Amino acid sequence: MRDASPATTYALHIGVIALLFALNFVLPDYHQGLFARIMALAVFAMGYNLLFGYVGLLSLGHAMFFSAGLYGAGLTVYHLGWGVPEAFIAGIACGALLALVIGLLALRTSGVAFMIVTMMFAQVFYLLILYFAAWTGGDQGLVIQQASRVVSIGAASFDLTDPTVRYMSALALFAVVLLITLAIVRSRFGRVLVAIRENEERTKMLGYDTVANKLVAVVASGAICAASGAAYALLFGYVGSSFASIQYSILPLLWVLLGGAATTLGPLIGTLFMYYVTDITSGFTSAYLLIVGVALILLVLFFPKGVLGSIRERWLGWLP
Amino acid sequence: MKPLLTTKGLSRNFGGLRAVDGVDFALMPGEIRAIIGPNGAGKTTFVSLLSGRIRPSSGMIVFDGADITAMPAYKRVRLGVAYTFQITSVFANLTAFDNVALPVQRTLTDGRSKGQVRSGVMAALERTGLADRAGTLAAHLSYGHQRLLEVAMGLALKPRLLILDEPTQGLADGEIDNFITLVREIAKDATVLLIEHNMPVVMQLANRITVFNSGKILAEGTPGEIRAHTQVQDAYLGATHG
Ligand SMILES: Nc1ncnc2c1ncn2[C@@H]1O[C@H](COP(=O)(O)OP(=O)(O)OP(=O)(O)O)[C@@H](O)[C@H]1O
Ligand SMILES: [Mg+2]
Repeated sequence: MRDASPATTYALHIGVIALLFALNFVLPDYHQGLFARIMALAVFAMGYNLLFGYVGLLSLGHAMFFSAGLYGAGLTVYHLGWGVPEAFIAGIACGALLALVIGLLALRTSGVAFMIVTMMFAQVFYLLILYFAAWTGGDQGLVIQQASRVVSIGAASFDLTDPTVRYMSALALFAVVLLITLAIVRSRFGRVLVAIRENEERTKMLGYDTVANKLVAVVASGAICAASGAAYALLFGYVGSSFASIQYSILPLLWVLLGGAATTLGPLIGTLFMYYVTDITSGFTSAYLLIVGVALILLVLFFPKGVLGSIRERWLGWLP
Repeated sequence: MKPLLTTKGLSRNFGGLRAVDGVDFALMPGEIRAIIGPNGAGKTTFVSLLSGRIRPSSGMIVFDGADITAMPAYKRVRLGVAYTFQITSVFANLTAFDNVALPVQRTLTDGRSKGQVRSGVMAALERTGLADRAGTLAAHLSYGHQRLLEVAMGLALKPRLLILDEPTQGLADGEIDNFITLVREIAKDATVLLIEHNMPVVMQLANRITVFNSGKILAEGTPGEIRAHTQVQDAYLGATHG
């Protein structure tokens, strides 16, 4: 990070949040719904980016953290009748705990081995969801009824199925996670994470227990991805095994690569871009995945560091 | 006075090669010690064993009275053993400031220094003459400046023992003079172990010199004694600087 006054940086991020807030009032219904979904999933991408972008650890198993949150929140509501806030916290706790266990095991490896190990664990997680179909609903999944998705705070009650409440809830989560990520990457801890990505051996020789730092990053990343999953279950009312499949481990990687790895706002841009390209192209052709693929290839060719990564490289060196 | 660092029978093999071979070594607090020897003598391997970057095949290392033979490198750094690399290994994609901030914030976390990261970083950059390069990416610094940055990072660790592996390699003559002044200053509050091929630098700086050859200590003494040593002249002075 170069020559950025903290004020500029925070102003930029607050500005993006304010813009998203304003969009709620101008977007047509359909796009308002899409944006709520995109913001919830951008949180997933931000969690992934923390580990992949800043620490340089490429995981192919983050679907398990997302779905730990998804099922942690969804099943406690569905089977135990928990309220929304408790279920949300349960989802995050499941993701953080899972990340701690996976981190302790997977961080014995690095590089390709780390990719494979995380992918294997995620596959195990996926199969467990199918195996315990009696509770999880298997590949059919579970629908969480509207009645369970109402939050009461004092006298006021918020219905998460209401489009505006849903949009604002997704935005609130997005804003909190964005500011947390920004604070992390600007902190001393964030500097150590980047150093590990750049040269782990050298970082050790500066007195850092790099394994311990990576473990903290895995847990933080897992908890953020789980928050996204938990929010998804509560906001959109569906919990299903497809969210634990390999596809959902690869998607956050694509979103982050597109938007710009190791940029705080890249995950949002990548998620937004992918969603809209898919949405627009699937409207007029059934071969939309082909077009998405071509768009991805073009982007990687012309913006190898993703949208924001390239902008930072060429124009705005101070972007965090 | 008790030595700051001793090794006993310290050895490291690479396959059949005995890169370091049963070295008994002692370093007194406050001294500037130079290690010289021909290429491949085992100097870098020896100091890598001291810093914990590589593990010994056998033998023992004692630092400040404690056996650190099995201690991981990062803990040795926290005890005050700092190592600067022979092959420049600054963080190329980080600014000079961030490169030095990493060791500074380490000593702050360990409670071995006080104050702000920024002031600690600027102090280290000023001592090495890099203050005006704080915002420059390390990759964009000249080679000589990268070497100095490497030293600044070592300094910022507040070491009790600073190990410098060929710090003047690639420096211009003017830069070398500044470097000599810098090391003298560092030595006021740290012990310095310096691997160096540049004999004038060694002769000006070192209180004592240890000569390595084929993984073993060939000779040890004051600069005057080493200069007069005929075996050393054969093995090293004559061979590489004839
Ligand atoms: N990681 C390694 N694997 C195998 N052999 C090694 C390794 N590191 C060093 N060696 C060998 O050990 C011997 C000692 O190497 P070392 O780098 O310690 O020498 P040096 O005295 O520092 O030499 P120079 O003056 O060239 O830096 C050399 O023969 C070298 O090839
Ligand atoms: Mg060497």
